[in-house]
Amino acid sequence: MKVTLTVNGTEYARDVEPRLLLIHLLRDELGLTGSHWGCDTSNCGACVVWLDDTPVKSCTVLAVMADGRRVLTVEGLANGASLDPVQQGFAQCHGLQCGFCTPGMMLTARWLLNNNPHPSPYQVREAISGQVCRCTGYENIVKAVLWAAEYEAAEHGAAEHGAGG
Amino acid sequence: MTGPGVAGQETGAYGAIPRKEDARFVRGQGTFVDDISLPGMLHGAILRSPLAHARIISVDASAALAHPKVEAVLTGADLAGRGLAWMPTLSADVQAVLATDKVRFQGQEVAFVVAQDRYAARDALELIAVEYEPLPPVIDARTALAEDAPLVRDDLAGRADNRVFDWNAGDKTATDAVFATAEVTVGCDMVYPRSHPAPLETCGIVAASDAVTGRLTVWSTSQAPHAHRTLYSVITGLPEHKIRIVSPDLGGGFGSKVPVYPGYLCAIVASMVTGRPVKWVEDRSENLMSTAFARDYHMHGEIAATADGRILGVRARVLADHGAFNATAQPTKYPAGFFHIFTGSYDLQAAFCEVTGVYTNKAPGGVAYSCSFRVTEAVYLVERLVDLLARELEMDPAQLRMRNLLRPEQFPYTCPTGWQYDSGDYPRALALAMDLAGYQELRREQAERRGRGEYMGIGISFFTEGVGAGPRAHMDILGLGMADGADLRVHPTGKVVLAVSVQTQGQGHETTFAQLVAHELGLTPDDVEVVHGDTDRTPFGLGTYGSRSTPVSGAAAVLAARKVRDRARLVAAAMLELSPDDLDWLDGKWRVRGDPDRGAGIAEIAMAAHSSLELPDGVEGHLDASAVYNPPNLTFPFGAYICVTDVDPGTGEVTVRRFIAVDDCGVRINPMIVEGQVHRGLADGIGMALMQAIAFDENGNCLGGSFMDYLLPTALECPSPELGATVTPSPHHPVGAKGIGESATVGSPPAVVNSVVDALAPFGVRHADMPLTPANVWRAIQGRPVRPDLAVS
Repeated sequence: MKVTLTVNGTEYARDVEPRLLLIHLLRDELGLTGSHWGCDTSNCGACVVWLDDTPVKSCTVLAVMADGRRVLTVEGLANGASLDPVQQGFAQCHGLQCGFCTPGMMLTARWLLNNNPHPSPYQVREAISGQVCRCTGYENIVKAVLWAAEYEAAEHGAAEHGAGG
Repeated sequence: MTGPGVAGQETGAYGAIPRKEDARFVRGQGTFVDDISLPGMLHGAILRSPLAHARIISVDASAALAHPKVEAVLTGADLAGRGLAWMPTLSADVQAVLATDKVRFQGQEVAFVVAQDRYAARDALELIAVEYEPLPPVIDARTALAEDAPLVRDDLAGRADNRVFDWNAGDKTATDAVFATAEVTVGCDMVYPRSHPAPLETCGIVAASDAVTGRLTVWSTSQAPHAHRTLYSVITGLPEHKIRIVSPDLGGGFGSKVPVYPGYLCAIVASMVTGRPVKWVEDRSENLMSTAFARDYHMHGEIAATADGRILGVRARVLADHGAFNATAQPTKYPAGFFHIFTGSYDLQAAFCEVTGVYTNKAPGGVAYSCSFRVTEAVYLVERLVDLLARELEMDPAQLRMRNLLRPEQFPYTCPTGWQYDSGDYPRALALAMDLAGYQELRREQAERRGRGEYMGIGISFFTEGVGAGPRAHMDILGLGMADGADLRVHPTGKVVLAVSVQTQGQGHETTFAQLVAHELGLTPDDVEVVHGDTDRTPFGLGTYGSRSTPVSGAAAVLAARKVRDRARLVAAAMLELSPDDLDWLDGKWRVRGDPDRGAGIAEIAMAAHSSLELPDGVEGHLDASAVYNPPNLTFPFGAYICVTDVDPGTGEVTVRRFIAVDDCGVRINPMIVEGQVHRGLADGIGMALMQAIAFDENGNCLGGSFMDYLLPTALECPSPELGATVTPSPHHPVGAKGIGESATVGSPPAVVNSVVDALAPFGVRHADMPLTPANVWRAIQGRPVRPDLAVS
């Protein structure tokens, strides 16, 4: 089947088997290996990407379901050489060890902060509770997301201050 | 000062700096095995046994071979034709690569399909017809030695039963004498259920065999690439220098990526057969059902004490379920790992343990999952026993521990089973943990809540680990002494490349090892590039597991750096036209004694060593150095943990409210990374104590074969940990460091269980086995505790 989708702002058209999973389209067909596969059963969230504006587990989304839609993966988080604050937060706060769950965690974190710029620690935990990290015990992931929230609040404040002054 | 290597007193490269490896990971630019794609690469898939025990009547792969996208199918018979149907395990047993005679556990490897893409390979598995004759399985380890038990390993000549080994440690006579006269003895049966480390990245390989050069290149999930190279050479007969193992970024390992698995060998053979690269990556069910399990210890422990709470002795009988093949990855001389460190952190007179290993129709493995070679089971046993004793004596468990902990002046301390603990200040660590927890206030709160019908628990554990295997005289794996190497190359501009034999799975070696070397040479961590995970580019060594990277390879890196520094001294003396004796290493430079403004740092000296300078004796023209570290002893990290839980008596649900963890791993190179290791282990402990178990039904069907059934803790189950640290340097490690990678995994489960049992004390609950799921807690409250490791009881 023909599928046309936009990944990280670039349009791709491929002829794929109807059963091909989105995670395999991204990894095997498009070479975007930053998203990982971890469990088959939608439990671990290593494969989380955005479909349009919502995080999904791409191991349980068929590639053809992404036809005509936008996908955001970890490769699209940074703005050129400038890292997204979520990426900076993960590095600053030791929010990752092996790095395998990290792309999925960061994409969920980005979605959270877009929808709730000032989350409580519990709200961060709730947002990532459908995803598994085997290395960090989650503590530093929570800190990383809160770091990004604070960073963005400060940037926002600075921007407003700049505009007003 | 001139003495090298006193942490924190030289160039200050230690400290909580961000990790070098994160730049690629946060951009999604790590390279994991499944990210590797080679031209012409084929994909493998494994057909696995649906039965736990069955004779293979026939395997017919003809329909699979006729599939248009299938390039090859390997069966046990095919491998037998190459002498590769069986392979040696790390415990000197043999394990079937692809089954020829029988299948011995559900999920065992039966055939290997190689196809043009991963979906076609899976499709073709359905086309292989295998006829089985079912046999009665051995599932419950307690029945494995019964006279009428089916024989699991009829492939082994002369074997009449399912016994793997009988082993003991300690002094039976002395221990029995202590128990015979003790005022108080307490005993308990406890199960440490089978679990699985479940790294988020499953196991996998890309094997590329080059028929022209005779070279085999393997990218695989390996915590021990050099050991794997040697093993592949032994197994396949390929010359070792023609084999290159690359272990790229690993998505966790925790011990499960130490063994060589049948899928790896199948991919290698398939690459030889097809002449093309072959990738095999297991799915999650394969991972949970076939690769190295952990624990599965069935223990009866006893503790003896005086009536006023002086612990006198411990003894234990253990039944160890090793599954269908004895494939534990641990030092050869220790079939039960380091279990005999079960005397724990206490000053006692006598101890004796006996361990019997048995074969059952379950997956092989045994010491995966951050267990420090069975220290996990040992700590759980003794820490549960101490709590049971406290209950018996009606003493506070913290007070009982404080009374019996080894005292600082007793170190180095030789425990009754022979381990020599290198250093420790145990009372200080426990006192700090109690202080951080507000222990007395917690007890007051507990009493108040009990008055209101609320069930709050406070659980303590105090652990001592022995890590950093190990002394060559005692410790080897398949005859390979447990040493590790480090090669240091110093470029003319003073930038340094360190190559090490160990392999990170997320522990941050690229940062910590750079800090170790930078600290010794007056450089910054950015000046040091760390190379690892490629046998063509790194020196030999046994790899990362048992918390041995910093204790062993880290020590090698430091010794290599000190060799560089010593050679640099000779060059600096030539540069300054002085005697080497006139120079002191101070603040990261060789400086003239009495005139410390004159001197030279490593960068200037390295350039001079490459220049026209007339080189002194002992210097051939560069500063490079190598070292191999043979540890004189293990290092013995320790810690005091306190876990606070709330139990809902209506549902049996346990909430971990607080976790206080004080760890002493000696000198901390990068405290941020150390604390990250502790965070991970605390989550492990919560998972193992409350939710994780690989259980089986009476037919040997694995009941934990997916993350729907094998439950892992999420961010909602893990509290925000409260950490503390004490620093008692190891006296024999070059910088005083000890291992930390497994401490919290070892130390936390008994703290959680002690806490839950403490919460349930008003119900008269004395013990309940892990995992303390809501159902199991509820049954314990009803006075009907279950054995959680089996679906049958």
